[in-house]
Amino acid sequence: MKHLQFDESFILKNLEAKSKEDAITQLATLLFEKGLVRESYIDAVLDREKRYATGLPTKGHAVAIPHTDIIHVNHKALALGVLKEPVDFGIMGEDSKSTPVSIIFMLAMDEEHSQLTLLQNLMGIFQDEEILHFLMEEENMTIIKEKLLTALAVH
Amino acid sequence: MKKKNVLVACGAGIATSTVVNSAIEELAKEHHIDVNLIQIKIAEISSYIETADLLVSTTIVQKEYPFPVINAQAFLTGIGLDKVKQDIVEELKKE
Repeated sequence: MKHLQFDESFILKNLEAKSKEDAITQLATLLFEKGLVRESYIDAVLDREKRYATGLPTKGHAVAIPHTDIIHVNHKALALGVLKEPVDFGIMGEDSKSTPVSIIFMLAMDEEHSQLTLLQNLMGIFQDEEILHFLMEEENMTIIKEKLLTALAVH
Repeated sequence: MKKKNVLVACGAGIATSTVVNSAIEELAKEHHIDVNLIQIKIAEISSYIETADLLVSTTIVQKEYPFPVINAQAFLTGIGLDKVKQDIVEELKKE
């Protein structure tokens, strides 16, 4: 199993975005520029988000987990976007409701039905108000990276 | 009790259905219910219409199906999870 690619340079803190499309494009472009996803990944994530929204209201700051099919991915990776001002995402599993998202975890997965522990731990973060708050407030990228990798247990 | 076929669906069949699939596996084990879990992309659902007993989905379900549908978002956010678990167990225990 290939290692998840993630470090300080995968974090966009105080991300300024006009819309969810803008935020997704910025994060997907970052992964593309690192060679971890194909160029097609960017439009594929935008398209999927339109059809299958990934916004999730939590007890703390709302999150979104945009992702797409594995064929667009070269290497398993995660990009984190912490928005300066929230942007509206459609809520996963809801017809037309949206939620103001502050934290975006963009997933580039290269295998189906795998990475259970990583994904479970990621969902665990969504249920942990304290770490969501930490991701919003902390400005030191290395501390954010360390905390996230520990929470995801991919160290 | 007949072993139920439970579809676990999300948009990509990659992320959220993997988590939900495992959670339902645990849930069934806890309640000593034998289930057949099938993880799918929602777009693949037409192949399972005849055989499925329940659909648990994290994504929007556009059509009417001959089996019940349960929204699985609670497995991801923890909000309202007990109720959703209870609904699933009830469906699994139905004759």
